[in-house]
Amino acid sequence: MRLKCPTNFRIIRLPCTGKVDVIHMLRAFEKGADGVFVVGCMEGDCHFKTGNFRARKRVEQVAAILDTVGVGGERVRMYNLSSGEGPLFAQYAIEMDAHIRALGPSPVGTALKAQMTAA
Amino acid sequence: MIVADKKPIEEIIETVKPYDRILVLGCNECVTVCEAGGKKEVEVLASALRMHFIQQGSKKNFDERTLERQCDHEYLEEIRDIMDNYDAVLSLACGVGVQFMAEKYHTTPLIPGVNTCFLGATEKRGLWTERCQACGSCVLAHTAGICPISRCAKRVMNGPCGGSTGGKCEINKDVDCAWQLIIDRLRDLDRMDEYEIVTPIKDWSTERAGGPRTVAREDVQV
Ligand code: SF4
Ligand code: SF4
Repeated sequence: MRLKCPTNFRIIRLPCTGKVDVIHMLRAFEKGADGVFVVGCMEGDCHFKTGNFRARKRVEQVAAILDTVGVGGERVRMYNLSSGEGPLFAQYAIEMDAHIRALGPSPVGTALKAQMTAA
Repeated sequence: MIVADKKPIEEIIETVKPYDRILVLGCNECVTVCEAGGKKEVEVLASALRMHFIQQGSKKNFDERTLERQCDHEYLEEIRDIMDNYDAVLSLACGVGVQFMAEKYHTTPLIPGVNTCFLGATEKRGLWTERCQACGSCVLAHTAGICPISRCAKRVMNGPCGGSTGGKCEINKDVDCAWQLIIDRLRDLDRMDEYEIVTPIKDWSTERAGGPRTVAREDVQV
């Protein structure tokens, strides 16, 4: 399958979205990422039963923290699809790319760059 | 165990403002189990604080550490050699740990990162409920193993009161009446005759009302 997909994001593969912890997502933002999206299996289809539900809860926790610290909770999202849906993955990536472009750069990333140029 | 809840990050942001070098210090015991002050919470809080303050152009430094316990000399000693590196410690231990830190490191400002709530149990993940108020003179032997002090809103010793309705307490229809629970369990234990015994007025001097308490065990002191 040759699908058009944005190239400005990095895929981090995990055995299950249940492995994604709050701190993993926060670290990405702390390092200046403009957005993070977690892509899990369809709800109800988790091989480990509740992995993707746990992931959703953690994404919500991250969103709440990002809102509190002024980064914006809308920069993190969770999508669900089945493993055979490559085109849908590409579509979600395009959607996320457009969403984050509309939001502009993360204020943390901007602050990090300002600190580096000052140093 | 001691059950605590996270303090809002907004509140912590305000309290850490005067300091530049801050140690975020977790505890591996009760507050880890109730997901309020363990290693994971230390990481998340420190990360959130860093992200907040970097946007203000602030050069604050948040280091992370988690001790086995903060209510024991032995573990608190582990950080003695690094304490000079910090202007303040943001402790995610319960109120006991925070105070023990304050006593031990007299000249370092201490900030609590959690609200210490009660002595309770984990009903299920994310739900903790009160079970004991450390009254210092346990009556569970006579109340079918259900505590009328921590679980009855009025702490009545010969209940239920007149407000018990359909097994629920009059303070809230979602709260079980402790005395209904006691009677139900006495009945199941076939010990309803014990319910007939009137409990005399409780000696509250062993409870907090008698001032701060101490347990001194000379048999184990060396
Ligand atoms: S009777 Fe006192 S010691 Fe026993 S569970 Fe209740 S509060 Fe705790
Ligand atoms: S209704 Fe039951 S639990 Fe509530 S105050 Fe009365 S005796 Fe106590």
